[in-house]
Amino acid sequence: MKLKKILPQFFTLLFILLIFGFFTMNAQENMDTRGIEFGFGFLKQEASFDIQFSLIDYDGSMSYARAYLVGLLNTLLVSFIGIILCTLLGAVIGVARLSPNYLIRKTASFYIEFFRNIPLLLQIFFWYFAALRALPMPEDAPLLFGSSFMTIKGFYTPAPIWNNFDVFMISLVLAMIVIYFFNKFAQKKQEEEGKQYPKFLISLGIFVLLPALTFIVGGVDLTWSFPVLKQLALTSFTYEGGLGIPPELIALTLALTLYTATFIAENVRAGIQGIGKGQKEAAASIGLTPSQVLKLVIMPQALRIIIPPTTNQYLNLTKNSSLAAAIAYPDLVLVFAGTAMMQTGRAIEIVGITMATYLTISLTISLFMNWYNKRIAIQEK
Amino acid sequence: MTNINLLKPNKENLNLFVILGALFFCLGIFDFCLNNFYGKNITSFLPGFISFFTPVIFGMFGLYLIRIEFSGIKLLDNLNKNINTNNFNAALSIGIIILIIFSVAPLLNWFILDATFIGDSKEACTGEGACWVYIKTWFNRFMYGMYPNAEQWRVNTTFILVLVLMGAGYFFPLRYKKYLTFYYVIILPIISFLLIYYLISGGEFGLEWVETGAWGGLSLTFIVSFFSLIFCFPIGMMLALGRRSDLSVVKYSSLSFIEFWRGVPLITVLFMSAVMFPMFLPDGTYVDKLIRVIVAITLFEAAYTAEVIRGGLQALPRGQYDAAKSLGMGYWKLHLLVILPQALKLVIPGIANTFLALVKDTPLIFVVGLLELVGMLNLAKTNPKWLGFSMEGYVFAGIIFWIICYSMSKYSQSLELKYKTDR
Repeated sequence: MKLKKILPQFFTLLFILLIFGFFTMNAQENMDTRGIEFGFGFLKQEASFDIQFSLIDYDGSMSYARAYLVGLLNTLLVSFIGIILCTLLGAVIGVARLSPNYLIRKTASFYIEFFRNIPLLLQIFFWYFAALRALPMPEDAPLLFGSSFMTIKGFYTPAPIWNNFDVFMISLVLAMIVIYFFNKFAQKKQEEEGKQYPKFLISLGIFVLLPALTFIVGGVDLTWSFPVLKQLALTSFTYEGGLGIPPELIALTLALTLYTATFIAENVRAGIQGIGKGQKEAAASIGLTPSQVLKLVIMPQALRIIIPPTTNQYLNLTKNSSLAAAIAYPDLVLVFAGTAMMQTGRAIEIVGITMATYLTISLTISLFMNWYNKRIAIQEK
Repeated sequence: MTNINLLKPNKENLNLFVILGALFFCLGIFDFCLNNFYGKNITSFLPGFISFFTPVIFGMFGLYLIRIEFSGIKLLDNLNKNINTNNFNAALSIGIIILIIFSVAPLLNWFILDATFIGDSKEACTGEGACWVYIKTWFNRFMYGMYPNAEQWRVNTTFILVLVLMGAGYFFPLRYKKYLTFYYVIILPIISFLLIYYLISGGEFGLEWVETGAWGGLSLTFIVSFFSLIFCFPIGMMLALGRRSDLSVVKYSSLSFIEFWRGVPLITVLFMSAVMFPMFLPDGTYVDKLIRVIVAITLFEAAYTAEVIRGGLQALPRGQYDAAKSLGMGYWKLHLLVILPQALKLVIPGIANTFLALVKDTPLIFVVGLLELVGMLNLAKTNPKWLGFSMEGYVFAGIIFWIICYSMSKYSQSLELKYKTDR
């Protein structure tokens, strides 16, 4: 009886060890013949390649570690924007899918069927190579919203220039803390005395007023730097100043958002449909208004169904952002697993680090979502 | 005749209101079309802002006039119930109708009316619309990649044979039905592999040898997805069982295997197979690129399949296990005869989604230099004779992938209904 339990485990272990041993041995041998030594010392060496788009200061004289950081931040940036946009779009489409209006319902389901059945890579290529290439050259670009330009070289918009930015940030954090305590206080009052405050309005007021106050007393001040057309050569123009968003980022965000939103929309629909009709009717019969029914009865329950699969979609979006490499958006894969590896030839270390990074991101997001999920789960007494 | 209040639609003057409403609605649409496609503004005497919104205002007023409950006309009642319940809904409906007209008309122009279908060079495309000549000229490349034109019958024959073999399962005599799983999981992959090896790859029986680097286009998409699908299913099943095993070594090794592949993007896995994997093999051994790619995709998708199957295993009530055990069944018998047949039925939609994701992931193999449909498009796009037709190419590939994926998902939905057993 005991042997029956030990034997399979023993063989599994042996199998794994043998494979790992075989691989390690070969890797050792191969590296010896090529004269490379396993190690991460190369991270400190000078990278000597340029990166088109970077959130932090970077140039070729900095180390590979710095290049890695640039790539990682670019990956996080596109994932962050994508997650926010696809959540908004997905929620709208998901609700539209259940609309009593036939046209809206059909349009929403057409959108979902259309975008989810086309490979994401093809969509990225489409936006980058076909759609965005049809935009005007910088010198012919029309003015948008009075100050921005949408050109073939990217989107140019005024950039804020802050004075005493840290004071402003501190006031934002302070506002959030005040709002947190205010909400706690309002909750307590409601439970004890049944008195209701207009929570949302007051919170919004605090959030706007407190940072606004710093403009008067904190010495914070904000000016805008506008993009200005500049001639580089006879026929080559570009914009200077302002905030330039490269077309790679736009194409990638657009494709990721439109693709992932279809899945989130289906989750939202399933979540709302998963709530029994009786819940709505019961809530209405005790005199709640339709908006209260949605806010207090439907959404808290629907979220429990929606969140776990949506977390998966967030993870997918983050992983899919690695397709950036195909259109040369300098994300982690392109900068590190692409350029850096070509230069150093350290396949094992670099692919290992890249994979470990994605694993860490995935595990972090799923841990955070698990925590959130637990918080809103039914508290059974 | 009693006096009629035009702002209060009622049932007594039904015909009048329906005609008036339809008139206003059509006026709104007409105004919009004139504005958009002919550049004429029939309401230009109004201030600019109001003139811009006249289509919506006319349309909404028209819909308001026909909003008469229980009119007795079926069509009108249906219309009111579905798109015209209140002012807000009416506004949304008009918005959608305008959006549809706004987007369909130029698309139709581009696709068909202004498009070029006849010719065999870039010069034939003079119209504003799509240049389908481009697709026509490159069609063979998009389907077969760099595979020599004279040998393409081999690819076609192989695919037809494999399809026939796959369909053969339906016509098995009842007596042999129990071997069906065996046929699909073991015999079919082996035969298909041999077919592909001898027929597509060639090199024997007087057939010219074609290296895998020359394979490409849509046929490569099919080859890669076919083998990955066939292999990832049994591996995923083993992993799912392993993850629910009582033996801790088996359990945790399956768990970490699954979590590892699920935590990394496919593109890094392909990078690994391209640059890291050769380092792990003895010096001088060479594994074909295509095989490396298929192994990488298989392992990657097997982890996802495992999680889907695990969901099905967990959904089975405990009683099924207990009942099977009480009949004296061992681990394998219990799973093969009782648990898996039921669990797999439950997870058909999930498995189909994983397979769909796999098909949609195949374009990624460009990372290792294999060019399937999307890769070939990117190659064709850079051909100096055919510059500037990327839009046609992507639209063409999009339509093909859409048809494949959409029909797969519809098929899985029909399977789901077919195998739905009530408990």
